[in-house]
Amino acid sequence: MSDPISALLGRETQGSVQVSDTGLRGMITLRGDLSYGKMKSICKDLTGAAMPGLREAQFKGENGLLWMSPDEVLILLPYADVADGLAKIAKAMKGQHHLAVNVSDARAVLQVQGPFAREVIAKLAPVDLHPDAFPPGQVLRTRLGQIAAALWMTDAQTFQIICFRSVADYAFDLLAASAAAGPVGHFPRGT
Amino acid sequence: MRLRTNGRLVAKNRPVHFTFNGKRMQGYAGDTLASALLANDQLLVGRSFKYHRPRGLVAAGAEEPNALVELGRGDRQEPNARVTQVELYDGLAARSQNHWPSLEFDVGVINAKLSRFLPAGFYYKTFTQPRAFWKHVYEPIIRRSAGLGSAPETGDDHTYEHFNVAVDVLVVGGGISGLAAALAAGRAGARVLLIEQTSGWGGRAVVDRPTIEGATAQDWVNATLGELHRMPNVDMRIRTQGAGVFDHGYALAHERLTDHAPKRGGPRQRLWRIRAGQIVTATGAIERPLSFAYNDVPGVLLAGALRDYVVNFGVAVGERTVVVTNNDDAYRTAIALVNAGLEVPAVIDARAAAKGELPDQARAMGIRVITGSAIRAVEGGKRVTGVSVCAQDGTGGQIEAIACDCVAMSGGWSPVVHLWSHCGGKLVWDDAQSLFRPDADRPPLGADGAGFVTAAGTANGHLFTAEAIADGFGAGRKAASASGHTRKPGQAPMGDDLAEAAIEPVWMMPAGAPYDLRSKMWLDYQNDVKVSDVQLAAQEGFQSVEHAKRYTTLGMATDQGKLSNINGLAILSNALGEAIPQVGTTTFRPPYTPLPLAAIAGVARDELFQPIRKTPVYDWHENNDADFEPVGHWRRPYAYLLGDETAHDAVKREVNNTRTNVGLLDASTLGKLIVKGPDAGKFLDMMYTNMMSNLAVGKCRYGLMCSENGFLSDDGVVARLDDDTWLCHTTTGGADRIHAHMEDWLQCEWWDWQVYVANVTEQFAQFAVVGPKARQLLQDIGGMKLAKDDLPFMQWAEGQIGGFDVRVFRISFSGELSYEIAVAAGQGAAFWDLLLKHGEPLNVMPYGTEALHVMRAEKGFIMIGDETDGTVIPQDLNLDWAISKKKDDFLGKRGQQRTHMQDPDRWKLVGLETLDGSVLADGAYAVEVGENANGQRNTQGRITSTYYSPTLDKGIAMGLVKRGPDRMGDVISFTKDGGGTVDARIVDPVFYDKDGEKQNV
Repeated sequence: MSDPISALLGRETQGSVQVSDTGLRGMITLRGDLSYGKMKSICKDLTGAAMPGLREAQFKGENGLLWMSPDEVLILLPYADVADGLAKIAKAMKGQHHLAVNVSDARAVLQVQGPFAREVIAKLAPVDLHPDAFPPGQVLRTRLGQIAAALWMTDAQTFQIICFRSVADYAFDLLAASAAAGPVGHFPRGT
Repeated sequence: MRLRTNGRLVAKNRPVHFTFNGKRMQGYAGDTLASALLANDQLLVGRSFKYHRPRGLVAAGAEEPNALVELGRGDRQEPNARVTQVELYDGLAARSQNHWPSLEFDVGVINAKLSRFLPAGFYYKTFTQPRAFWKHVYEPIIRRSAGLGSAPETGDDHTYEHFNVAVDVLVVGGGISGLAAALAAGRAGARVLLIEQTSGWGGRAVVDRPTIEGATAQDWVNATLGELHRMPNVDMRIRTQGAGVFDHGYALAHERLTDHAPKRGGPRQRLWRIRAGQIVTATGAIERPLSFAYNDVPGVLLAGALRDYVVNFGVAVGERTVVVTNNDDAYRTAIALVNAGLEVPAVIDARAAAKGELPDQARAMGIRVITGSAIRAVEGGKRVTGVSVCAQDGTGGQIEAIACDCVAMSGGWSPVVHLWSHCGGKLVWDDAQSLFRPDADRPPLGADGAGFVTAAGTANGHLFTAEAIADGFGAGRKAASASGHTRKPGQAPMGDDLAEAAIEPVWMMPAGAPYDLRSKMWLDYQNDVKVSDVQLAAQEGFQSVEHAKRYTTLGMATDQGKLSNINGLAILSNALGEAIPQVGTTTFRPPYTPLPLAAIAGVARDELFQPIRKTPVYDWHENNDADFEPVGHWRRPYAYLLGDETAHDAVKREVNNTRTNVGLLDASTLGKLIVKGPDAGKFLDMMYTNMMSNLAVGKCRYGLMCSENGFLSDDGVVARLDDDTWLCHTTTGGADRIHAHMEDWLQCEWWDWQVYVANVTEQFAQFAVVGPKARQLLQDIGGMKLAKDDLPFMQWAEGQIGGFDVRVFRISFSGELSYEIAVAAGQGAAFWDLLLKHGEPLNVMPYGTEALHVMRAEKGFIMIGDETDGTVIPQDLNLDWAISKKKDDFLGKRGQQRTHMQDPDRWKLVGLETLDGSVLADGAYAVEVGENANGQRNTQGRITSTYYSPTLDKGIAMGLVKRGPDRMGDVISFTKDGGGTVDARIVDPVFYDKDGEKQNV
């Protein structure tokens, strides 16, 4: 047995907007009826967060729930708690059609932080990132350059981004290049 | 020449040094390269495309057809830069193009002497015969004489980026209409992006100086900019050109960030990818040249452009300028010139009378106005020396000659309708103003069926200040309202200017010009298309404007006919005897001016050109001399090269070692889909050709997936994890595609089935431990029981090996004893190291994809993409055993029952062995006697996989052969690389361990 490692091995950049690997993160893909009472309550039990509505991100501290599709949420919790979480879900959802799988190792989670973080992302993702349209509390599934990504904001200057593990280097290099190229000056700084 | 009067944009206390064709020149901060060249009296800036005639500046903006230069050298070399759009900076080095050997003396000018042999459609008429001449004579000569700038030979060391933005209202154009539009939309509360292609705001108004809101245009522009800057919902960008408008309000804009300041850091250019609710095109208008003989001599330019040079930059082309016009606006140029202390010997006005306020003002200043007249011809070669004047209504009899060194012409103004038209906006001919303008009733339509583009101001056909600014304001208000922002923006600004009399359409000077004059009237300067060429095209039957364009090359140069299109189609309509609107315009296509490929590529270059997918042990592969090959976006080791081994030797070693000792394969890229739910079994029975619902928990089964048409699409091993959960392995390239395929059927067809699918491909690192010593290796590490009876062939189990949580599949793609072990991706690298460490005494070696291919081919296993190509059904590959007879239905069943699929003559899979032991060429055809209807040799089969087999020490192959399995032992001939054929015997495709004993130990 050896300690698991994240795809990016803690890489980070310096600069006004910093890109960094957030390390290992527990992630469970849960598919099912999001309005089902026991599903809501097991999600709440595992994270402390309420079931998110359309395109919402619900957090309680580091733990949270990301709306992925009308029948899918992504549960974010400590890496070490995943096996236990899966067991609890299986118990709670017994007899109810659902799918819960561990995807913690399938992804990389990156952070982009700084006064023009919005613009660093907007250079790469074909989405509306205006502060009015995408405040903290929402989640987007979109593209980052040529890869799929999901992103949300933890505060006005901080994005967290999930991508597939195999393209973590590409995502990191892309974000680092975007940050190094500087601000666009379109969105108000620090929002 | 530089005037004593100050230009509004240049700072005479800040000189800037640059070179043109190596000659040192000086301009000022604020100059464009165009104005700086004029200040240095460098009138001659290029040569025309076909006749290599000397060319000077004609315009002052994006419409300039002649003055294209090459900037910089090496990794900063840029061809075809339009000098009117290049802002001057210290150290700028420009070179003219399309001349040989020099700009002043060009041997290509000989073409001009041959001009009567180079008529319209010359290319089509001349270069068709004889055929061999094309490659050896025409092509090289044309390349030499007709090129524009040369392509850079080194990489570009600038960076470029994209920026995605969504706005309520995009306003294109920063003249007074665009500013008014942005003001109205901004006040209404809409998110506004206002872009302007030049480096300054105000458009023509700040040059022509009408009154707005009781103040000068410049004051109003400044005040408006102030208000817009204070609005947090408005972003304004100069040096940003609206390049194209596309469906659903998508628009592209091109921002030049450091072109004017090359020492500044950061990206050079930015491509804005804009999703706009509404788009206002306030793109202004472009002045039209007049068609008179020798209107291409350097020193003849557009009246408005000359006014720009005088007012903005304090430069002029000559001391004595003749103005020629069919409208009142050109008188502004005459007035501006006289105000700047220059001479205007005459304004030649084609109209019978010139009675507007501007002509009156000109006359009052002592300027001579000659009405009802035309320029018969321009005198001079490399620059204007004079004009001869004739009656507009006549055939060109000279009335008088006027000495001058500059001619300013105006044939009226054409609204810039490009962006309006890109996505389907229609035009209407405005007879009173002689121009095409947007038809407000037929705008480009969005997804909701409503228009999403509004043309504004001059671009909408409102040529005068009061209407233009009010129209812009109204367009901004309407666009904001259409995007849900209905706050009242207040009153539209009031504009006021001198009243102008009507324009008179003049498409040729004089109206009855004979051929010798018409053949010297240039319509398209860059491509050398003249009035006579368009008339000839009409005579020869090219009646459609689109055909005439391609036949004559009118409007096909890099300026895309910004100056020539309307004049050309007017000539065409005249020649055809039809009205202009009946002839119509050619299609306006994006981009508005050429976009650099680098801007389109953005950051996607070098290591960011394309994502490379890496497995959890990619670094180990890289550090151990893996020779990578792309598999989808993955990079997989083809082979690992030891020492100075060739790839061929490495593959041979890897195969032999795996068959005698133990090999390791990184199989992490294989697709892994979890399928779960009460209906999952039923669903998989539809997805696969064989039964999956009856697979026992703990067991594995090889399965095939077909498209609806019955063609084999993907394959892989399915494992049943528990009562309602299956794990489906797909091919490396198939993971995403098959996942989407499953979701498609579940979401669109069987939405009521209770099945969920998740793609867990990347959750696991998966390694194949393969070879006679595989079990020993795993037992040496220690952990779960893996003996034959503990984990029989085609079963799986979970447990621990060496302390790692693993899922082990007893499956084989090589014919050897084999375990595929899945471990969490985050532990993949550590587990791989463990396998290598414990395998060392057993001679463990990793092997790459080529060894995998060789070993599977030795076993006669098919490979999706080799044995399949989208036209192959499983039955062609003798896979009938994997097609369930029990099931009522599965995807592809019906397709496979079609007559052609049941044809006994289909090409079917067989093994092939050359008689001489050589390796057959990949894709080689089996030849047959006779020829088909096209005179091609008949064929009876083709090679799908072919390798040198280290195990058998000879070439082995698989192929599809007509009735192949019925012809075992037959010898047929295959084509060879380099010609000839090679004989091969049809054999069983299983070359190695036919009974499958080795994998089942």
